[in-house]
Amino acid sequence: MAIEIEKPSVGLSKVAVSETHGEDSPYFAGWKAYDENPYNESSNPSGVIQMGLAENQVSFDLLEKYLEEHSEASSWGKGAPGFRENALFQDYHGLKSFRQAMANFMEQIRGGRARFDPDRIVLTAGATAANELLTFILADPGDALLVPTPYYPGFDRDLRWRTGVKIVPIHCDSSNNFQVTPEAMEAAYRCAESMNLKVRGILITNPSNPLGATIQRTVLEQILDFATNKNIHLVSDEIYSGSTFSSSEFISIAEVLETRGYKDSERVHIVYSLSKDLGLPGFRVGTIYSYNDKVVTTARRMSSFTLISSQTQHLLACMLSNKEFSENYIKTNRERLTRRYDMIINGLKTAGIECLKGNAGLFCWMNLSPLLEEPTRESELALWKVILNEVRLNISPGSSCHCSEPGWFRVCFANMSEQTLEVALKRIHKLMEQRRRRN
Amino acid sequence: MVAISKIATGNGHGENSPYFDGWKAYETNPFHPTDRPDGVIQMGLAENQLCFSFVKKWVIEHPEASLCSAQGVNKFKETALFQDYHGMPEFRQAVAKFMGKVRGDRVKFDPERVVMSGGATGAHEMVAFCLADPGEAFLVPTPYYPGFDRDLRWRTGVELVPVVCESSNDFKITRNALETAYEKAKEADLRVKGLLITNPSNPLGTILDRETLKGIVKFINEKNIHLIGDEIYAATVFMEPEFVSISEIIEEVECNRDLIHIVYSLSKDMGFPGFRVGIVYSYNDSVVSCARKMSSFGLVSSQTQHLIASMLSDNDFVDSFIVESKKQLFKRHKYFTWSLSRVGIGSLKSNAGLFIWMDLRKLLKEKTLEAEMDLWRVIINEVKLNVSPGSSFHCNEPGWFRVCFANMDDHTMEVALLRIRTFMLKHNEAMVPQKLCRRSSLKLSLSRRRDGFMSPSIMSPHTPLPQSPLVRART
Repeated sequence: MAIEIEKPSVGLSKVAVSETHGEDSPYFAGWKAYDENPYNESSNPSGVIQMGLAENQVSFDLLEKYLEEHSEASSWGKGAPGFRENALFQDYHGLKSFRQAMANFMEQIRGGRARFDPDRIVLTAGATAANELLTFILADPGDALLVPTPYYPGFDRDLRWRTGVKIVPIHCDSSNNFQVTPEAMEAAYRCAESMNLKVRGILITNPSNPLGATIQRTVLEQILDFATNKNIHLVSDEIYSGSTFSSSEFISIAEVLETRGYKDSERVHIVYSLSKDLGLPGFRVGTIYSYNDKVVTTARRMSSFTLISSQTQHLLACMLSNKEFSENYIKTNRERLTRRYDMIINGLKTAGIECLKGNAGLFCWMNLSPLLEEPTRESELALWKVILNEVRLNISPGSSCHCSEPGWFRVCFANMSEQTLEVALKRIHKLMEQRRRRN
Repeated sequence: MVAISKIATGNGHGENSPYFDGWKAYETNPFHPTDRPDGVIQMGLAENQLCFSFVKKWVIEHPEASLCSAQGVNKFKETALFQDYHGMPEFRQAVAKFMGKVRGDRVKFDPERVVMSGGATGAHEMVAFCLADPGEAFLVPTPYYPGFDRDLRWRTGVELVPVVCESSNDFKITRNALETAYEKAKEADLRVKGLLITNPSNPLGTILDRETLKGIVKFINEKNIHLIGDEIYAATVFMEPEFVSISEIIEEVECNRDLIHIVYSLSKDMGFPGFRVGIVYSYNDSVVSCARKMSSFGLVSSQTQHLIASMLSDNDFVDSFIVESKKQLFKRHKYFTWSLSRVGIGSLKSNAGLFIWMDLRKLLKEKTLEAEMDLWRVIINEVKLNVSPGSSFHCNEPGWFRVCFANMDDHTMEVALLRIRTFMLKHNEAMVPQKLCRRSSLKLSLSRRRDGFMSPSIMSPHTPLPQSPLVRART
């Protein structure tokens, strides 16, 4: 009988064995529970309802209608004359028609209050790749980026995992609706300094995930001033810019720069994607818009690792350069999201639950702190487990978003039908009633 | 001025290499049969354009594979929402099946080990991130694809140590060369984490024989380092000997499978570089798991996954495509090498890839890099062909050039050959054989038009080109 000699396994890299991929966070644990017991109106009505996934499913019919009416254009034409050219196209500049269409779309979303130059658009396979790529360009391993809390849990992986860059949080709290303040930014900067970390930039998400609210103009000005003062970069992730409930309430950093005559703008970079506004996360369409020439050139070269499929660029170039379609889409999508938002806010209010006043995004920021045993993270997680296992709703606990105040939860409302949302609200009502009876 | 990172300010992007200079010359003056007949012909781009009509036919006959058609739009929503980094099961199954078929079904691939990436470019970087820390090294046999310098090193901080291969033995990878490289790395205080081989080889167009492969597997097991097999050209093996994959060798010899990883893509075999379909196939569970998470940074568009799943699960299509592609590549390769040999230009004997490794050593003024660069500039500026100088592939011997032949139509190929013939005539009249080259076993029927090839008066690109001699060949 042969004796098995254990061969020492040759190591993988430090990056590979680290946990910075972030998948051990509760943000993902809820997903597992959902995957094991997913709600289905007919076949599994008591399953877990997924409210932890910020997807936009309210406007698919508009996309499908476009495709049905323009099937030949958006594919490769009758007889597929464009197939060969499209299959061969791997230029990292990206399809010109697509960049043009993206620039126009971004302008439309901002009501024409900002201009975008297609030659400053760099394409990446999703905003995930865009954020990582920018980090590689703006910071060295061991450096730090300042990020206001609460923030999208994916940033822990996207900004840090393979780049070796650190995140230093800018703490925000409910006393002023979680707005960023100059004091909070200064405190974060000093904190980084005390840890001997060189701050290279500040990354904001506007509209905010998970708050579901836009950043006010005055705050944007303060953030830009702070970045200028410290001579660091400013990255504005505007992935939810098309999901604002009213066009006028969203102010993009691009507009602030426009007002300032683009003075000192080479520290500013905008990240965008079609995953949220158009509901196409599977197509992997991300962009970096930078006012810095060197960043544009370098990002373009780096995008070789993460180009957008030319097939997808072609389809979306057709779709988004159809002005009639894009204008109608933006308007209708806004209206439907607003309706959804009103529905969930009112439903929660009736159940006695308050939310942060929101005006954008695919989720609301729900305040369950009155339900906590104690104002601690542990209490929040205990409550979260109850909601997951007993109420059977997967929502995201604030602690997974690095919120410094326990008791807040992000609840998504656009990734399901209205009927499913009603079911979810009923369950929440039941929970609140049970709690009231207990007290 | 606000500073950017060291990675961003450095030259790791690799674009200052001469490999790209030729591209620039091409881009400022690209050949077009009618609009720019004097333009530069692109022979520096390893694309496979020989089977598009075949693929197009399938695409037209299968509208349901496109989400944009009436037949396919019902799948639109679920596909558009699908961003799971595991990838669509149908996609992984179709890719695993395709990889098996390309290897004559001599091995089976497990769909659960198929991980997506942003093209092979993304795959290589991802594997480097998984296997090595900054400052550690991979061994890579020379000559190798210039993109590796960027893909494996730029953002990862990993180093490459060349395994020097010599023309004296047709650039075979010898045990000696591997050991020498390993020692060199040690001397430079570099910890070697793996060996990267490209099989079939770019730029050589050759495949590794069984003995060499076994030797390589033995070597990496002894040193306990990873083996990454880039098999991106697997389906371009157009004649004997048959391709042997790493996946087959590990069934035949003892090997720690945790060390074995394959990089693949549809960019060369299918000719779809624009679709960014890169694959990492690892026999190491931890690497599969880690790579899968990392693939978030370079997932394949679900729209494209849907198309590819449809296409590659069509067994009849795949079987005939593989045969047809080999046929076309064989034809093109044979004609091209034969035409070159007629004007005294030889190349490394090859049976795969989308290029030949052309031997212009005897045209060099001296055996130096400078002489190679001089010759290359002449080829670009006077002969107006963009070919890739061997030095950009880290070849240790000057005078070799990689010339791509599968990225153009027959007419363009003729123009290119005409220019080469003119050039050779001008510079080396003695090189042109008076009799028919004996290399080929084809009997050609001679005609006065053949002599006309050599007459300068007929060399102008505006003249209608002579018919391909192969057309009249009788085996």
